[in-house]
Amino acid sequence: MSDTPMSDIAIAFMPWTRAEMAQRIAADIPEGAVVNIGIGMPELVADYLPQDKEILLQSENGILGMGPKPGANAVDMDLINAGKQPVTLLDGGAFFDHALSFAIMRGGHLDITILGAFQVAENGDLANWATNDPNAIPAVGGAMDLAVGASNVFVMMEMLTKKGESKLVDRCSYPLTGLACVSRVYTDHAVLDIAPHGFVARHLAPGLSLDELQRRAGIKIHAA
Amino acid sequence: MIDKTRPDTQSCVADIPDGATILVGGFGGAGMPHELIEAVIARAPRDLTIISNNAGNGTTGLAALLAAGLVRKVVCSFPRQADSQVFDTLYRAGKVELELVPQGNLVERIRAGGAGIGAFFTPTGYGTPIADGKETREIEGRNYVLEYPIKADFALIKAWQGDRWGNLVYRKTARNFGPVMATAAKVTVAQVQEIVPLGSLDPEVIVTPGVFVNRVVAIGTGASQ
Repeated sequence: MSDTPMSDIAIAFMPWTRAEMAQRIAADIPEGAVVNIGIGMPELVADYLPQDKEILLQSENGILGMGPKPGANAVDMDLINAGKQPVTLLDGGAFFDHALSFAIMRGGHLDITILGAFQVAENGDLANWATNDPNAIPAVGGAMDLAVGASNVFVMMEMLTKKGESKLVDRCSYPLTGLACVSRVYTDHAVLDIAPHGFVARHLAPGLSLDELQRRAGIKIHAA
Repeated sequence: MIDKTRPDTQSCVADIPDGATILVGGFGGAGMPHELIEAVIARAPRDLTIISNNAGNGTTGLAALLAAGLVRKVVCSFPRQADSQVFDTLYRAGKVELELVPQGNLVERIRAGGAGIGAFFTPTGYGTPIADGKETREIEGRNYVLEYPIKADFALIKAWQGDRWGNLVYRKTARNFGPVMATAAKVTVAQVQEIVPLGSLDPEVIVTPGVFVNRVVAIGTGASQ
């Protein structure tokens, strides 16, 4: 009996952490991109933007060139982000009213938005604003405008719900935010592109095979 | 002489009747005209329709107006927040009506209202429950939803500086809905930090020309000139 080669030993599957997901997204944003980062999990991406690239962050409430959060002594509540947290303005940044801010989105001037999601369908449909819970109070904010407006809609989410149900679906069961708008999904299991024929796995988390990814996702995922 | 300045907030809102439709500026607390809202609460007109991005934060501003039981309907994009407990309670009790509008549609409907546009086709919301029952059209291969303008009886906004002609400049992200809402009401009231002498605002940076503003009241230390 020969020794088992190292390459045949299965590494235990380790999902990516949220920080690792954010790092991956940040690394994929090119120099000069105009980017809107959604409320919630995507906010982490701002912490990992590469310092050697100039990336323009847009905030729906009227900022282009948004900077990081201020020090405790520099908080100005007239300078906040979409999540209503204090931020700063970079040199060259600008303020404008809401109509212009949404013209940036709808008018095709926003390169990338990064949104959270409840469900993403294999045709790119996005559901991220409401569940079917009758007690929930609906709130949509700027999500629908970002979904139809941004040239590239990236979703950042864990692939499974807390109950273990897949958020990658053939058809969204939750109310839609936008039709066929998502181009890429960053999850803790894999990075997937949405192609005309469905989900395509671009990167798999360490120790995860395509078969195992498909089994967990419960949907057809094509090899890259 | 044109003088749109008012000595106090009470006189700015004294003619708001029951059933009025009011645009209220602000995104969260930034740009929220708190002092004008307090004056409305003191006057206590009933059955108001409030159009604003949010439905109140904490216990002040719009939340206080809601808590006073003066609001019949809220038109907004994002009512549910960590500190929207006043709205949440009223909504769940069926005491306030909600019309949910995507944020870009909300501001564009207000812009259309102030710009004399009859209606417009927007891609936002197509194929979603927001578009249920609305007219749609395919234009150059893309699908759009017909949305109608929003106009109001009053707009209550917050700016940084104003003059007696009603010219306004804003501060940072407190600008948000203010310049757009100012255009879409029969009566626009601006609370400002200070009223400055006519001619002292740089005409190259005036954001809202005075034609859109009817009343200006200083909340800060600046005196009327």
